[in-house]
Amino acid sequence: MGLLSKQFDDGNIVLTSVEGVLNWARLCSLWQMSFGLACCAIEMMAASASHNDIMRFGVLPRPSPRQCDVMIVAGTVTLKMATRLKRLYEQMAEPRYVVSMGSCSNCGGPYWEHGYHVLKGVDRVVPVDVYIPGCPPRPEALLEGWMRLQEKVRDFTLVKQEGEHA
Amino acid sequence: MPKAMNEIFDYLNGLFPEAGLAFDESVPCIIVPAASIKEVALQARDDQELLLDTLMCLSGVDNGDETLGVVYHLDSMTLRHKLTLKVIVPASDPHVPSVDRVWRIAEWHEREAFDLVGMIFDGNSDFRRILLPEDWEGHPLRKDYQVPEFYNGMKVPY
Ligand code: SF4
Repeated sequence: MGLLSKQFDDGNIVLTSVEGVLNWARLCSLWQMSFGLACCAIEMMAASASHNDIMRFGVLPRPSPRQCDVMIVAGTVTLKMATRLKRLYEQMAEPRYVVSMGSCSNCGGPYWEHGYHVLKGVDRVVPVDVYIPGCPPRPEALLEGWMRLQEKVRDFTLVKQEGEHA
Repeated sequence: MPKAMNEIFDYLNGLFPEAGLAFDESVPCIIVPAASIKEVALQARDDQELLLDTLMCLSGVDNGDETLGVVYHLDSMTLRHKLTLKVIVPASDPHVPSVDRVWRIAEWHEREAFDLVGMIFDGNSDFRRILLPEDWEGHPLRKDYQVPEFYNGMKVPY
């Protein structure tokens, strides 16, 4: 079902669900926490620059976790950083999302075996919504990941699902 | 006048005949007993013939034979020559006098060598870990290092 369930010919009136409008508003203004951890952050910055212009999706980088909807984990998560990253995630207001960008934050990347100091996947400390493979992923891959996240937000519902616990 | 490394060795050996300096052709470098490193470093920095005013790098090495090494790469901006010093200490008692009063930058380099390889620099003015978290156990670049199963409740191996 699209956003508008019914549109009248004489203008000024549209019908839709409250959920549809709320989800639409949210998915078009997902604000991103502005921080990068390693080389993947360079591609994340490239996605914000004029060539790829991630801002056309309504993405604004914010310097405070309190104002953010999405955390892009772009780079190598060391064990020292992991505790800080978890703290930042806990400071974000709900609903909150995590995009894991690149092999390092997906599974440890090149450090999977000999990286005594690297967390082998950021999903060991925070729940991840979208994984983007690559070392590093191109900005286009980040944009695709972003659209996957938007689909996820579009399907969000306040109504209790069948089989769900209260 | 710039000097070659063996000329510097002959010169320093003349100044410190008691110290037991040795020249290693293969690297090349001068091997300094730990007890004399601070005197030799001060002399190398201030002597008008040497003027080694820059510590380019200080590294820690696990030699794999129960000894640890500290390597000092020095450079003279004015005379344009270089010098490599090496200190070798037993892994069971890895005490090395700090040179952070000779070259200020040595403070961070010595902390890094301690953090990753685990030699102890006596007299360093802020001696604690620099890269790893304060509560980390062990020194990861030692050859016999075992990666821990867990760190603060997070699983470490893949
Ligand atoms: S996945 Fe590759 S590019 Fe990205 S942070 Fe890790 S090493 Fe760097």
